[in-house]
Amino acid sequence: MGMTMTQKILANAAGKDSVKAGELIMADLNLVLGNDITTPVAIGELDKIGQGNVFDKAKIALVPDHFTPNKDIKSAQQALKVRTFAKEQDIVNYFEVGEVGIEHALLPEKGLVVAGDVVIGADSHTCTYGALGAFSTGVGSTDMAAGMATGKAWFKVPEAIKFNLTGKLNKYVSGKDLILHIIGMIGVDGALYKSMEFTGEGMHTLTMDDRFTIANMAIEAGAKNGIFEVDELTEEYMKEHSDREYKVFKADDDAEYVQVIDIDLSKVPHTVAFPHLPENARTPENWGDVEIDQIVIGSCTNGRISDLRSAAEILKGKHVKKGIRAIVFPATQKIYLEALKDGTLSTLVEAGCVISAPTCGPCLGGHMGILAEGEKCVSTTNRNFIGRMGHVDSEVYLASPEVAAASAITGKITAPEEVM
Amino acid sequence: MKAEGKVIKYGDNIDTDVIIPARYLNTWLPEELAKHCMEDIDKEFVNKVQAGDIMVGGANFGCGSSREHAPIAIKASGISCVIAKDFARIFYRNSINIGLPILECAEASEDIDEGDEVSVDFDTGVITNKTKNKTYQAVAFPEFMQGIINAGGLVEYIKKGM
Repeated sequence: MGMTMTQKILANAAGKDSVKAGELIMADLNLVLGNDITTPVAIGELDKIGQGNVFDKAKIALVPDHFTPNKDIKSAQQALKVRTFAKEQDIVNYFEVGEVGIEHALLPEKGLVVAGDVVIGADSHTCTYGALGAFSTGVGSTDMAAGMATGKAWFKVPEAIKFNLTGKLNKYVSGKDLILHIIGMIGVDGALYKSMEFTGEGMHTLTMDDRFTIANMAIEAGAKNGIFEVDELTEEYMKEHSDREYKVFKADDDAEYVQVIDIDLSKVPHTVAFPHLPENARTPENWGDVEIDQIVIGSCTNGRISDLRSAAEILKGKHVKKGIRAIVFPATQKIYLEALKDGTLSTLVEAGCVISAPTCGPCLGGHMGILAEGEKCVSTTNRNFIGRMGHVDSEVYLASPEVAAASAITGKITAPEEVM
Repeated sequence: MKAEGKVIKYGDNIDTDVIIPARYLNTWLPEELAKHCMEDIDKEFVNKVQAGDIMVGGANFGCGSSREHAPIAIKASGISCVIAKDFARIFYRNSINIGLPILECAEASEDIDEGDEVSVDFDTGVITNKTKNKTYQAVAFPEFMQGIINAGGLVEYIKKGM
């Protein structure tokens, strides 16, 4: 029996010729990631293990991105704990404010993850790096501590769902629409414990930024990981960003999938996930008139350069409707600078948007854009759970940067074509 | 090992944001986190929960964020065990790792009501509903995971192996 992409990567990392779905394996890790919320707990657990040093100071990435620049004294204390630990352990990839960005945009940009890697991160959206053909998955702080101590993690080899993509996305439709469309189709537990493997000729038409967005939200379907086949575009990206050698694993022709889903990208509609689950996917004819108070463009899902450019294209020469707050947060310093130099940020500011520092901030109701009681927000982030972005009676509508930008202009959930 | 207590019941897709909202993640202290456990879905939880109580949920319990603060908050609130139809995978892993007993059992998840008196035998996976006078069989842990549970969590398990 053949293996899926994920199974091949895991077999390689476990030093085995082959693995089967359901098998428990111990895999070598290429990178262990933590942020300012999850790392302090992991440091405590690492102390309990009592090993003293981490397994490899170059294979740990500490990215204080959630409550930074620090929003209050308590979060400053947490960041301090991470900073002190990074100094003591001489962690190579610790990123201070000024160099820090949102972890899942930052690590690929810094070339810290390449195809064939096995990565765990104490953040659920660690699955993002599947866009590069790596196996990466979110874990908790104790697993992070164990990973930092031993350089290994145990995994149950997952079954997989194959997404066979054909065609090409229409103008103003992007990766976010596709992943929301998929989650709407299979549900928030549709891929529970499984891999989502993306392949087919249509995948070559997706930009790297689209692929990051799609792999990023695999967790919102309950998946263990989301992964794309490596193609020329992936290789170009890795060569541009990393000096590390990569390994390409392709699924066997006779790999077993629990489900195969064919998707014609040209038929993917604008999709918005209504409160309070990412599976509540609705297409424009079912949006109705939802008046909004705020839009947010950014996050590990949609804070990349092409997301900002798409929003700017729609907002150029127009203005955010009076009374609507439009908050844009570029995911990394590099993206910020790129958007600054090419005029994207001027376009957005002229249109009435406010530009925030690279931070996870508003996405998880942390800071920099919290919602009050009864407020509604169209957001390019990844979760619309009850109270996710603020008050328990606020509402989050998940959308693409294109839809968020168009909605900022009209003050209600709007398809880009309506304002172009 | 056994647990016994009164049931506090919730539905499907209980996410980690309602178990412990992110606005409280500026601390890692279990007793602080416990003060806000389930706040956004059940304001009364912290007042009604008694040490030993058992939490029962539906499908995909613990979905969302990887925050270990979620099982930590549940454990620190006094809950002795969580039973659900199934769990989101990171929450499942985190619970085992920190020593919060959890069991997957579709029948128990459907049949047990709020307030039922329930006991759980972790060695056999048998859940007994004393109020309804019924028993249910939970899915057994793989041997490897049983090793982590018996060691008292992942940290102790690693210490033994080193």
